[in-house]
Amino acid sequence: MAVLIYTENFNGKFKKATYELVSYGTETANKLGSEAIAVTIGNVDESTLKELGNYGAKKVFVVKNGELKDFSAQAYTAVIEQVASNNNADVIVFGNNPSGRAVAPRLTVKMNAGLAAGAVDVPSSTSPFKVKKRAYSGKAFADVIINSDVKVLTLSQNSYKIVETGGDIEIEDFTAEIPEGAYAVKLVEVVKSKGKLSVTDADILISAGRGLKGPENWGMIEEMAEILGAGTSCSRPVTDLDWRPHDEHVGQTGKVVAPNLYIAIGISGAIQHLAGVNSSKVMVCINTDADAPFFESADYGIVGDAFEVVPKLNEAFKKFIAES
Amino acid sequence: MKALVCIGHVPDTTSKIRFTDNDTKFDNTDIQYIIGPYEELALTRLLDIKDSGTDVHITAVNVGPVETEATLRKALAMGADEAVRVNAEPADAVFVAKQIAEVFKNGEYDVIVTGKESIDYNGSQVEGMIAEFIGLPSVSGASLFEIDGDKVKMEQEIEGGKQVLNATFPFVVSAGKGFALEPRIPNMRGIMMARRKKLDVVEPVEQNNMTEVVKHYLPEAKPQCKMVDPENVEELVRLLHEEAKII
Ligand SMILES: Cc1cc2nc3c(=O)[nH]c(=O)nc-3n(C[C@H](O)[C@H](O)[C@H](O)COP(=O)(O)OP(=O)(O)OC[C@H]3O[C@@H](n4cnc5c(N)ncnc54)[C@H](O)[C@@H]3O)c2cc1C
Repeated sequence: MAVLIYTENFNGKFKKATYELVSYGTETANKLGSEAIAVTIGNVDESTLKELGNYGAKKVFVVKNGELKDFSAQAYTAVIEQVASNNNADVIVFGNNPSGRAVAPRLTVKMNAGLAAGAVDVPSSTSPFKVKKRAYSGKAFADVIINSDVKVLTLSQNSYKIVETGGDIEIEDFTAEIPEGAYAVKLVEVVKSKGKLSVTDADILISAGRGLKGPENWGMIEEMAEILGAGTSCSRPVTDLDWRPHDEHVGQTGKVVAPNLYIAIGISGAIQHLAGVNSSKVMVCINTDADAPFFESADYGIVGDAFEVVPKLNEAFKKFIAES
Repeated sequence: MKALVCIGHVPDTTSKIRFTDNDTKFDNTDIQYIIGPYEELALTRLLDIKDSGTDVHITAVNVGPVETEATLRKALAMGADEAVRVNAEPADAVFVAKQIAEVFKNGEYDVIVTGKESIDYNGSQVEGMIAEFIGLPSVSGASLFEIDGDKVKMEQEIEGGKQVLNATFPFVVSAGKGFALEPRIPNMRGIMMARRKKLDVVEPVEQNNMTEVVKHYLPEAKPQCKMVDPENVEELVRLLHEEAKII
């Protein structure tokens, strides 16, 4: 038996979320008394692959079939199923990111398994196999029991710690069979988001809402992001009004984020907004209205005008960074 | 084109979530049910395509007990042509997907459209599961859906960007942000017509439950927000560094 971790690489590189996922898979394997193994699709150099061992994976299968260069949910499902079956994996874990959300459900059906999507912790018991997950768009959590022999999990981002175990990893090439028709949907092109930090990758997010009055006022928000090495996000009306790009929209109908620090500026804190951000470790609210609902969820608050507070805060952050 | 659109029956997004029976069950008291926001976008986009002159026949489908018929009627009022309810408690995502795959097989549909995620158990599960049951390609979280003859142009979210795709029928797609701009609101005429539209009830096929939800939790209450004087923003920097240890 084994816990198989889908370690997605991005042009041959792993992300912090990948190491979080390996740590999670390793701890799950420890609980089950089995071993954590990994699979990655595409070319990754040896030193990068060895990094996975540092978080507890004992073996990684590298699938290099050229056709797999472009993502296809059907093809990737078939490949991961082959690795899982060949190695008797009974638990398969994915990140709760676009590829995980596309592949995990297909794999669940293919392997006659049960799925817990958006897990936030390792299983609290292994028999029955019980795991805590997000429910109701982050407004609640639920304990789910998976009764099938094979279990598939997706891990909510930033919900597990990175644990360096040190350790060697065996690297093995794996040639997969790609089923006919798996590329029936034709890829026309890949459009990359422009050079900036994506909202789901950022450790710190500076987020602003309709309280900023207009797109011309985002300079101070971008400046704060620049100072702190943060990403920028926003509330839904801001993207609806085209003040900011759509990929910055966070909340129940936007991206779900869980950064270490979320600074909300001129955002009222509607329930649909909070649903997407309330897993952040620390939240700060800056708002003119002392009764804005966001203050009830925030850890730190400043009642004040963003146009006065933010420039001052930027100076204070700059001074802090210069001195530390 | 014949489209099957999955209609989720979910608590209104403003609902305060509570549980009963020792936190095992969702508390329905005072809860308004709506069509899931992404499914609303899915249906809206198909209606937009229909209005632009393309021949589109839309069947709304839901797996649920009789109470969900009100939500299906709303889909009919928005403009869906007919509806099917699979008469069962939606036990888990695999169960629901199996039922919808069965409805697909019993009709002559070209495409299945779902929402990107259900807002109750945050699935984003059903689209891929249906596709695997039938053996069809799947596209997740599409932000564009344009029909050009027998080709459909879509955009699918991937980490750090998007893929532009060209598909031919049949396939399964889940609608994400941008699939349609504003969800349609049913008008009076639509509501009147919906009463006369066909709503079939079919019995479920067998499928074991792979998962069961045994307990719910609400997020831990946050300790009270610590207020910082706007004249002393350095204090916030100090707290973030020394107390929260986050910068
Ligand atoms: C189905 C559905 C889904 C939704 N999904 C989402 C979602 O995913 N994400 C999302 O964000 N919203 C979502 N919404 C919308 C949500 O209900 C709110 O309308 C929205 O979040 C409000 O955005 P806001 O806080 O920027 O604007 P407002 O509510 O207008 O708040 C602006 C805030 O700025 C403050 N302010 C004004 N001037 C200043 C100043 N000078 N300095 C500091 N503060 C100032 C005000 O006091 C106020 O609190 C959804 C709604 C529905 C119905």
